[in-house]
Formats: sequence, structure tokens, C-alpha cells
Amino acid sequence: MSATTSPSPTRRVAFAPNWPMRIALLLLLAYTVWASSRLGLTWDRVAHGMGEGGKLLARMVPPNFERWSLLLEGLLESLQIAVLASAIGILLSLPLGLLAARNLSPWFVAGPVRAVIAVCRSLHYVIVAILFVKAIGFGALAGTAALVVASIGFIAKLFAEAIEEISMKQVEAIRATGASALKVIAYAVLPQVASRFIGFCLYQLDSNLRNSTLVGIVGAGGIGGTLFAAFKRFDYDFVAAILLSIIALIFLAEIISGRVRAALR
Amino acid sequence: MSASMTASAPAAGLASALEIRGLVKEYVAGKPVLRGVDLAVPAEGITAIIGPSGTGKSTLIRCINRLVEPTRGSIKLHGEELTGLSGRGLRLARRRIGMVFQEYNLVERLSVMENVLSGRLGYVPLWRAWLRKYPAADIERAFMLLDAVGLPEHATRRADALSGGQRQRVGIARALMQRPDILLADEPTSSLDPRTAVEVLELLTRLTAAEGVPVIINIHNVDLAKRYARRIVGMSGGSVIFDGPPEQLETHHLRAIYGGEDWM
Amino acid sequence: MNAIPAAKHDPVAPLRREWTRLTAAQRISRWLVWLVIVAAVAWAVRSIDIIPEFLEDAPEQMADLLVRMWPPDIAHYYPAVHDALIETLHIATLGTVFCFTLAVPLALMAARNICPIRPLNTLAQLGLVASRSVNSLVWALLFVAIFGPGAAAGVFAIAFRSVGFVGKLLSEALEETDHGPREALRAAGASWGGEMLKGVWPQVQPAFWGIALFRWDINVRESAVLGLVGAGGIGLVLDDAINFFQWERVATVLLAILAVVLLAEVIVTRIRARLL
Repeated sequence: MSATTSPSPTRRVAFAPNWPMRIALLLLLAYTVWASSRLGLTWDRVAHGMGEGGKLLARMVPPNFERWSLLLEGLLESLQIAVLASAIGILLSLPLGLLAARNLSPWFVAGPVRAVIAVCRSLHYVIVAILFVKAIGFGALAGTAALVVASIGFIAKLFAEAIEEISMKQVEAIRATGASALKVIAYAVLPQVASRFIGFCLYQLDSNLRNSTLVGIVGAGGIGGTLFAAFKRFDYDFVAAILLSIIALIFLAEIISGRVRAALR
Repeated sequence: MSASMTASAPAAGLASALEIRGLVKEYVAGKPVLRGVDLAVPAEGITAIIGPSGTGKSTLIRCINRLVEPTRGSIKLHGEELTGLSGRGLRLARRRIGMVFQEYNLVERLSVMENVLSGRLGYVPLWRAWLRKYPAADIERAFMLLDAVGLPEHATRRADALSGGQRQRVGIARALMQRPDILLADEPTSSLDPRTAVEVLELLTRLTAAEGVPVIINIHNVDLAKRYARRIVGMSGGSVIFDGPPEQLETHHLRAIYGGEDWM
Repeated sequence: MNAIPAAKHDPVAPLRREWTRLTAAQRISRWLVWLVIVAAVAWAVRSIDIIPEFLEDAPEQMADLLVRMWPPDIAHYYPAVHDALIETLHIATLGTVFCFTLAVPLALMAARNICPIRPLNTLAQLGLVASRSVNSLVWALLFVAIFGPGAAAGVFAIAFRSVGFVGKLLSEALEETDHGPREALRAAGASWGGEMLKGVWPQVQPAFWGIALFRWDINVRESAVLGLVGAGGIGLVLDDAINFFQWERVATVLLAILAVVLLAEVIVTRIRARLL
């Protein structure tokens, strides 16, 4: 029947075919194939890699905890970096967030502050860490500074957004009592955003801890340095030990912050 | 009936607490919302401003404590010019002016007590405010006001746990906590049911009479205005077109204020 | 009718009421929280290995670095930085595409309403958590060890890191689906595949695209640093420029990264607004 190939005008289509979506999917498929070949991702290479991966895994077990003191030292330094960076980041984010909120501060203040926050947020913390390492030398200071920047990018941004969502009626009422700007902040702004702010801080503490285990890869202190060194020396059983410890630490932190968040609610 | 109704002394005999001369407000240049309002508010009793929505009643009230910036004109509180004040001067003026809002505008996540005490923010130093270390006299007065508005046992509850009527009572307590020279009330009963509205107005009348605080109130309900106010100001199109005691407010005035008569 | 007695002749002065903002228990727990915070910070400050001289001249050194970066060496952009940037985008996109080959089966296994076998749920959850707890830079180190340096390691690092994120969100979306349409299809005699395709997929489709775009945005940021450990992309160019102290070039690379990251964010917000 010819009707199957070219539908007659009287036949109604039950499902309108979603041509844009089909074309988009085809393009995506074509792109995937093309880009894979450009990056040299071939089946041979993947298959070869699988074999290598097996060997690597074999060399990773059993994890080697012999140098546990080195491991513990690195973990503690990561923890210190995370705690310090969070504390400083939170302290700086409070005023920055208030200054960046467009409903409280004038545009010529809010604009530049927002720009600073946007730059803090857009640069990956590892890149910031390298820059700090080059500028102020290897060690925990660079890592702390990098994570402070990352914390500002996250907390100050969300804090400013939270402030922009508050009810201005309550602000107006407190302003009408003759309260100064700082008293208005204490009585009308902070009560409305305090719980969300604490939430952001806890979240950032969590991610600072994750990230502090990593900045060492570029020499900015913490367990990451030990990990990178072990990789370079092909000490894969020690690598496994370090990775397991990091995962355990992050897990512990996640459980604790989950408890704290539940208690706050 | 309340004290203010029976003691309806001639308004002309009293010195005025607030004097407004030629007040103009333009949100958009060339389109005035207030077109030269002249008004003298007597030193006691309730002055009610009535008029259709969008006629600038709320703007007028907000110009007095400068929540809205007037474009032109003069506002004098006990002889002190309020327009042109800024910074500390403005805050000192604002603490003498209490305000009650249509939607209560309590800080919902603070306790009732903190909301009432926030009326003292213009007086106490920042550290006291921040640490909630108010002078004992302030706390005592706050409790007395809570007693007076009938909510003594709610002091430690959070404001968002209260009903609308209860919230507006807290709003009145907060405003009186300032020991104001004048109290502004912007549609204080519009968000309340009729019975609660009467209760709240009754309370407002009683407490301000006891404290000797004059009140300017924006109100939609003409009957309530006539019942509680010593003086009525009718506004239309940004101008005052009636100003006198409630007894003199006649049907033809209302027609002029609100336009048409189908609603009556 | 004096409703408010004046403070002067206060007859109930002995009955004066106290008001405190917090109950005793609340105050103690607040103090404890502050104590823990202060103790943690004090411990970190005292024992962290920071060289005082470094701290002292840190602002000066930072300023010096910024001065040396100015003006950016724009001429360096084409072709070296440009090609690396394109490679970075390829890594991010391919990584996002490939992550779905693992993330979708794991998400189906982890969703309790799709896969009724409890041990399998737990197993899938465990896999997703493992993927998430290892940072993409660590995944990159592992894959560089496997594939050798290059973009292939980067693609796999991005894909493996994304599996946990995408899988978790996807399984949550699956668990929120309405059971009704599936039941109706089953009653009509549909196969499992038919149930999934016509009963579940239409419900999770918006979430699916949202998650994919969200992760792609993150992956663009992440893939910019993979080159630091040899996994391809613009990070490699950045690392070279830094190691040779070519600060004007570093500035160019940083600006390029910034531009791409912001562009990716704009694109994602645009598409999401059109899709949802």
C-alpha cells in the first residue's frame, strides 16, 4: 500500500513526532562519535585501559597502612585547613552578603561586591590554590586562602540571595521605630535569614573538608600532597590507604553535619 | 462607647501636634499622588483619614515618618521640621513617631517580647539591642503593655504563631513601647475580620487615650471611622476635600470623596 | 480608665517580671556550640603549619603577582589556548554523555519503586556514593595511571565522578514518580520495557534534562583543572604557563576559563528556561 509511505491528508497522526528532539539526539550522537575520535578515544584504547585498570586495582589491594603517621598528619592538616577556611570565609561572607543584597545596599556598593563574589565563584578552587602557592609559597596557608575564596563565592552569593527574598515589610516596621542600620540588620534582617545562613555554612564546611583533601595536589597543604607523591612513586597500595581514609573522613563529616542539620530543624 | 467619643471636645481649642503644609509627593515626576495637602492634627484623639484606594492616604502617612520621601512641603511635629532630616536626626524623629501597619509587619521569627521591645531600638545602644539586654524599666513596660493588650502569657511565643488579631495587638504594643508623641496607623484593621477589627480599634483608642497620644489612622470603613474618630479627613485624588468632626460628615461629602452613590 | 499605670507609682514592684530571650537549657546549648566552634578554630590556628613570614608578606606577594599578570598576553590565545579550551569543552561534554551509560542503570537499580530487590538497592547506592566521594581530580590521577596522560583520562575522570551525582538525583526523581500510569500500563499488558518507556520516562524526562544540564555546567568548571594532573584540557596550558612564570599568559588562560564558565552558565540557564 502506498498509504503507508505517504499518509493521505485525511489520516490523523496520533503522536506528533517530536522532530526537533530527534534531530537533537542524532546530532548529539554524531558529536559523541566525532569528538571521541578527536580525543583519541578508541575501542582499542578503552579495552587496553581496562586491562591496565585491572592491574592497577590488583596493585592497590591490600591497602597499605604502614605509614599511618604520615597519613594521619596529612588528614589533620586537611581538617585544620577546612576549619580555618570555613571560619574566615563565614566571617567575610556575612558583611559581603549584606553588601551584595540589592534590597539593602545601594547599587554602587552592591554591583562591585557582586562582581567580586562572582569571580570568587567562577574560578575553580584548585586554580586559586595554584595561584596562592605561587604567590605565597607552598603549604597550608595557600590552601586555606584558596578555600576562603571558594567559601566566599558560595556563602556570600547564597546569603545575598536569601536576603533579597526577605519580607521588606518587617524591615520597614523596624526602620519606623528609629532603629539605625545595624539595629535593622540585627532585628529585621538576620532573624529572617539566620537559619538559612547556618545551613549554607554547614554545607560549605562539608565541601571545604572535601576540597581540603585535594588542594595538596598543587602543593597547598593537606593530605592531597601525600596522595600525589604516592601516585608519582607508583605506591598504589598506599594510594588505596589514603583514598580509603579520605572517604572515611568525608563520610564521618557528612554524618555529623546531617545530625547537626536535623537538630537545627 | 469609648472615652474619646463621649469626650468630644471642640478640636479647634487644642494645640496641634502635627502640622502639614503644602505636602506634595510625586513617585513619577509630573504625576503627583499628593497634591499639596494641608493638615493640622490635634494633640489628642483620633484623626481618621478616609478616601478611596489609591488616593494617597498611605503615602501621606508614610511621608510623616519618612518611609516615603516627600517631594515638597513641610511637616512639623511639635514645631520641629521633619522634612530634610537625615541620619541620626531622622532616627531621633522616627522614635517619637509610632506606627501600626496593615499587615502587622511583626518580625515573624522573633518572639512576641522581642517584637515589643524592638520599639525601644531608637533608644537603647546597639550592644544592648544585639544581646537583648534591655533596661529593666523597658522590660517592665513591655510586660505592662502586653497585659494591656491582653497577651501576657504569649511573651515567649514566636510572632508567627499568633492569629491576625493577636499580631496587631503586638503591633500596637510595639508602637506604644516607643512612648511616641504621635501614632500613625496605616489601615490597621483591613486585614482583620469585622469583630476583631472593632476589638483592635477599641484597644487602640483606649490605650492611646490613656497615654495621651494622638493618632492618625487610615481607614476604609467609614462607619468605624465615624464611631472612633474625633475628626475625619476625607481625601480624594491626592487632596483633602473634607476636614471636620464626624457629625458634620454628610452624604454629599461621602459622594464627593468616593464618587457615585451605588455603594452607599 | 488608666489602662497603663505609670512607672512612678508602681504598686507591684516586688512582682517585677524577668524576661530572658532563651531558657536556661537553650542558653547552655548555645554556649556549648560556641565553645566547640572556638575550640576547633583555636586548635586549627595553633597547630596548623603556617610560616609567619609567608603570612606577613602574603598581601604584597599577591599584589606583585597581579601586577605581573597585567596586561594579559592576548596574542597567546590563538591557537594554543583556544585549542586547549575546545578540548576542555569536549572532555566536559563527552564525560557528561558517557556518565549516563553507568548512571541510568545504577539509578534504576537504586530507586526502590523500580527495583524491588533490597540488596540491589543498597549495592547501587554504594556504587553511587563511592563515585561521589572521590573527587574528579583523584579520578583523573587514577585514569592517568591507567590510560597514560591525555584527554582520554580526563573524559573518564569526568564520567566516573558524574555517575554518583547524576545517579543520585535521577534515582530520587524516579522515586518521586507517580505509580498510577505504570499500574495502568501493566494492567493493559505492557512489558517492563514498555512500562518504563511510556509510564516512567515521561514523568522523569524534565528532571533528566535538568540534571544533565546541571552536571554539564559543573563539568565545564571541573574539566578546566584536570590538565594539572595530566588529564588534558586547558589545565595543561595553565600549568605550563605557571611553571615557566609566564604570568601574562596565565592571565589569558584565566580569562578564557572565566569566560567559558560564565558562558556555560548562561547557556544552561537559557536552555533550562526553555525546557521547563
